[in-house]
Amino acid sequence: MSTIAVVGVGLAGVRAGEALRAQGHDGRLVMIGEEAVEPYDRPPLSKQVLLGTYEACDIALTDTASRAELDAEWLLGTRATAFDPVTRHLTLSDGQSLHAEGVVIATGARARTLSGVPELDSVHTLRTLDDARRLRDDLSRPGRVAVVGGGFIGAEVASAARALGHEVTIVEFEQMPLLRQLGSAAAGVLRRLHTDHGVALVTGVSVTGLVGRDRVQAVSLSDGRSLPADVVVVGIGAVPNTEWLAGSGVALDNGVLTDEWCRTTVPGVVAAGDVAAYRCRGGRRLRIEHWTNARDMPATAARSLLATLRGEDPVEQPAHDPLPYVWSDQYDSHLQIAGRPDADDALELVSGSFDSGFVAVYRRDGAVTGVLAVDSPKEFGRLRRELRGTWATR
Amino acid sequence: MIQLCSVEELTPGTVTRIARPDLPAPLALVKVGDRVFCIDDTCSHETASLSDGWLDGHEVECPLHESRFDVRTGRPDCPPARRSIRTHAVQLVDGIVYVEESSVAAEEPAR
Repeated sequence: MSTIAVVGVGLAGVRAGEALRAQGHDGRLVMIGEEAVEPYDRPPLSKQVLLGTYEACDIALTDTASRAELDAEWLLGTRATAFDPVTRHLTLSDGQSLHAEGVVIATGARARTLSGVPELDSVHTLRTLDDARRLRDDLSRPGRVAVVGGGFIGAEVASAARALGHEVTIVEFEQMPLLRQLGSAAAGVLRRLHTDHGVALVTGVSVTGLVGRDRVQAVSLSDGRSLPADVVVVGIGAVPNTEWLAGSGVALDNGVLTDEWCRTTVPGVVAAGDVAAYRCRGGRRLRIEHWTNARDMPATAARSLLATLRGEDPVEQPAHDPLPYVWSDQYDSHLQIAGRPDADDALELVSGSFDSGFVAVYRRDGAVTGVLAVDSPKEFGRLRRELRGTWATR
Repeated sequence: MIQLCSVEELTPGTVTRIARPDLPAPLALVKVGDRVFCIDDTCSHETASLSDGWLDGHEVECPLHESRFDVRTGRPDCPPARRSIRTHAVQLVDGIVYVEESSVAAEEPAR
């Protein structure tokens, strides 16, 4: 009876555990989670949890019935600190050693922080439930909020802070939010969403320092200006949690390198979710931090791992190569993006108008590379399906 | 019984939304073969309208976050939705679709 350890119990870890059981693993299953709380879903952290409409129980990824079905040993509040590929022992933060024939790496990513600035109480990143609670507490008092980074997290936090009545400013390094990801036409739409809702944008600048003693008072900007702020939220991306794998033989390069079947360079070790930098068809490496990837990738990882443990060739199983999909709720608008457009791909309106709800497609050399929609879920769904068809056969 | 629409108004392969002042909650109707299924139109996860979603056999996919609900049981197949949506028994009388009034009566959300 083999032991499989799932390291990390965010969405990818929980889905990996469920997939392992669904695909027939009847041995020991150990779920190792750094946080001492039951697994939870992250998208609501920057929305409903900040607004106070959801509590922890509303974002649980498991319940009594699903945990019973999973029949796993849970080591919560415990981190894996090392893995020895020869003895196949995981070292845990509480000093325990765990022998596992199979390992699923699902340690995700942590929020990137500003470097070279003092640590102040009212400066936040947002990645965990604890983060969200602390930020919610700070947002329960009146004050000026500065959001560093105009990406999805920044935009959603700005939106929530505004809804709570705060004066909000977004500081964005590019000239427009998500300019490098979505191009100027789409970034212009997002910029207008912010300004229409009374959120100020300071663009083309970076943060050079934070002013304050215990709590922040102002943000120093690269153009010499000082932006007064009582609360600062830093949303400048995420760093994959791979340090514990140093010396394990698991190849790393901005994440855990895997092939199309989620296999790492160590046999019997697979990776899934935000931490996995997988190779898709054509050899391109992708580390996707989208929720849907964390939901869907573990099925491939589990299939592949079980095949390896049975002595079969995982390559006969389906590879992981989905059409990327991400959504974001900002103010009262719902954004949906499918595919992998480049910022300089041509954006062509399919229906609606950039001033309100619309669906548009990105094209490169005539071929659709992505679909973008604001408040048009039905039409988006149709075009996403068409794109999925060409994606699968490209 | 509440009269909803005629069977002829339901196009196979699509989800038809019925939202009216006399209905406590918006409903979605689906015709699969000779049978008509009635579910709540609002996804149990957030506020998406399932009639904007995709129908594949007996499953309706939420247009926002892709959870699929079985129209026969109301059960979702994967996260983010975890709670089932309500299903409502319909009656077909002379080509007209009816639903039981008590079945669609407003209920407090489970949360």
